[in-house]
Amino acid sequence: MANTAISILFDGVAYAMFLFIVSVGLSVTMGLMGFVNLAHGAFAMAGGYLVVTATQTWGVPFPLALVIAAVAIGAISIVFERTLYAGLYGASELDQVLMTIGLTFMMIAAITYFYGPLPEHVRLPDYLTGEINLGFRSFPTYRVFIILIGAALLAVLWYGFERTSLGANIRAAVDNARMAQSIGIDVARLFRISFALGSGLAALGGGLAIQLFGLTPSFAILYLVFFLLVVAAGGSGTLWGTLIAALVLGICDTAGKYLYADAGGFFIYAVAVAILLIKPAGLYGRG
Amino acid sequence: MAADSLTPAAAALPQARARAAQFLAARHRLRPIEALPWLIALAAFFIFPERMMLGSQALIMILFALSLDLILGFAGIVTLGHAAFFGIGAYTAGLLITRLQWTEPITGLLCAAACAALGGVLTGWVLLRYRGLALLVLTLSTTIMLQEIGNLVPDFTGGYDGIPGVTVAPLFGTFEYDLYGHTYYLYALAVLFLLFFLVRRIVYSPFGQALAGIRENVARMHALGSPVHWRLVTTYAIAAAIAGVAGALFAQTNGFVTLGVFDFERSAGVMVMLILGGTGWLYGAFIGAVLYMVRENRLSAVSPEFWQFGLGAVLVIVVLLVRRPRWDWAKLWQRVAGGR
Repeated sequence: MANTAISILFDGVAYAMFLFIVSVGLSVTMGLMGFVNLAHGAFAMAGGYLVVTATQTWGVPFPLALVIAAVAIGAISIVFERTLYAGLYGASELDQVLMTIGLTFMMIAAITYFYGPLPEHVRLPDYLTGEINLGFRSFPTYRVFIILIGAALLAVLWYGFERTSLGANIRAAVDNARMAQSIGIDVARLFRISFALGSGLAALGGGLAIQLFGLTPSFAILYLVFFLLVVAAGGSGTLWGTLIAALVLGICDTAGKYLYADAGGFFIYAVAVAILLIKPAGLYGRG
Repeated sequence: MAADSLTPAAAALPQARARAAQFLAARHRLRPIEALPWLIALAAFFIFPERMMLGSQALIMILFALSLDLILGFAGIVTLGHAAFFGIGAYTAGLLITRLQWTEPITGLLCAAACAALGGVLTGWVLLRYRGLALLVLTLSTTIMLQEIGNLVPDFTGGYDGIPGVTVAPLFGTFEYDLYGHTYYLYALAVLFLLFFLVRRIVYSPFGQALAGIRENVARMHALGSPVHWRLVTTYAIAAAIAGVAGALFAQTNGFVTLGVFDFERSAGVMVMLILGGTGWLYGAFIGAVLYMVRENRLSAVSPEFWQFGLGAVLVIVVLLVRRPRWDWAKLWQRVAGGR
């Protein structure tokens, strides 16, 4: 019993870290400009496929491939931002939804064309496979790896958000974009920076997810729903909200799958909907 | 003094009212051109008699897109979960036939409409208080939850395998169905015809005017004392019922239902159809659904990726160049036409 609880908690936290890494960028861009970016899942998927190519075709070691994917997708996302997104700041939700769904379809189709619809896998280095003994019991090494990356990113993001002037500007702009603009903060520039960083993190998350769930082109839409749940339940534009929501949803989902295998994915939605019904702006959101 | 200045205005009031009434009446008078879609639909029946299965699917999608137009185009509600009601309708019709052996098709449609409307009232009553991201996520989640529930009780719903063998009794007890779907086509066309004029009646009624007001300026409608929430819920329920009928027709004509009816792709697809044809003018559903179905039929035969890529590209282009142009096309054209 205690063993099951620990397993649930451990797997839940690993899953939550994945959700957090991918969702945090989406949350900040959503909070800054209210931009509904449904192509975020597609960036994560593209990152995953880049990791597959880097490790299998180019023979790059897995951790380095993750970094390459994050940097490359972050850089490519700047091009998208300049050409496709920039015209839609302040546009209606519907226009943003349509454009980003269109972009997602295009990316899914392009990836399916080049890689085919079958699930891709990635070969992990030996030191990331197997189990690691933490004294009282052993855990899968790969999930420990994800939790460590998540924790490290959390520390970096915490420092960036709370201790640098860039982070202070972002927090101010999330709080009140017009006021921030009027005292000379370039909100569009903040959006560009966080968009690129967020897309890079999404790509990193996509790369990490391959080993957990397998990677197919439909990842872009399938998991987008979870990222949106995390952002909405956490409150857009908040680091802590995203973290807490990712933890709550990740652990609830894992617990649901452990204890009631048939009910499967039901829990994560039920919990997210309950949170939203009580707090429409999310746990840490305002309004 | 004050009375004097009021008198002309008061005298002009009935006249102004009459003119406004006349203007509104003129807007929704039936024009000859509005017979065109129905003539085309009938002509298609005689020109492509062997393609009537595709034809009836197109009519069903028109009906589905029309129901979305009511909430998206007229009431201005952005939902990512309209497939929920299509699915409720499809499952109602499918389960009536396979579990209760109730095979009469028209009462099947009515039951589907009632169930979907009930779903629309319940979810709309709760969800339409929300806006923005929360509304998008909530509509999307409710639809997926319905799908998961369907999967939870496989003995009843067939789980992911769905319900095969949905066979309806002959229409009115006399008209049998043939392989090419001729009866299905006329059946779907008749249903679409009736429901289209219902929707048309609604959007041009004072109720429809109130919806336009809510879409354009919700704060002012609140200030005017309009029961905004109930108007939205009513519209949502009506649209849900129509989507339910579309789903029921889908189940009856295809002979099976699967949990795929709740897929996000279906919610997104119907939205794309409506956008292609244009929102908020009733005929967008016709143009968009037909364009979509014909292109899908052609391009998917070449390769599904080709179709999906083209669909995405069209969406991006429609949004960036048509709906939100960064250049003023009219001015650009003037400059070109002006020889500079």
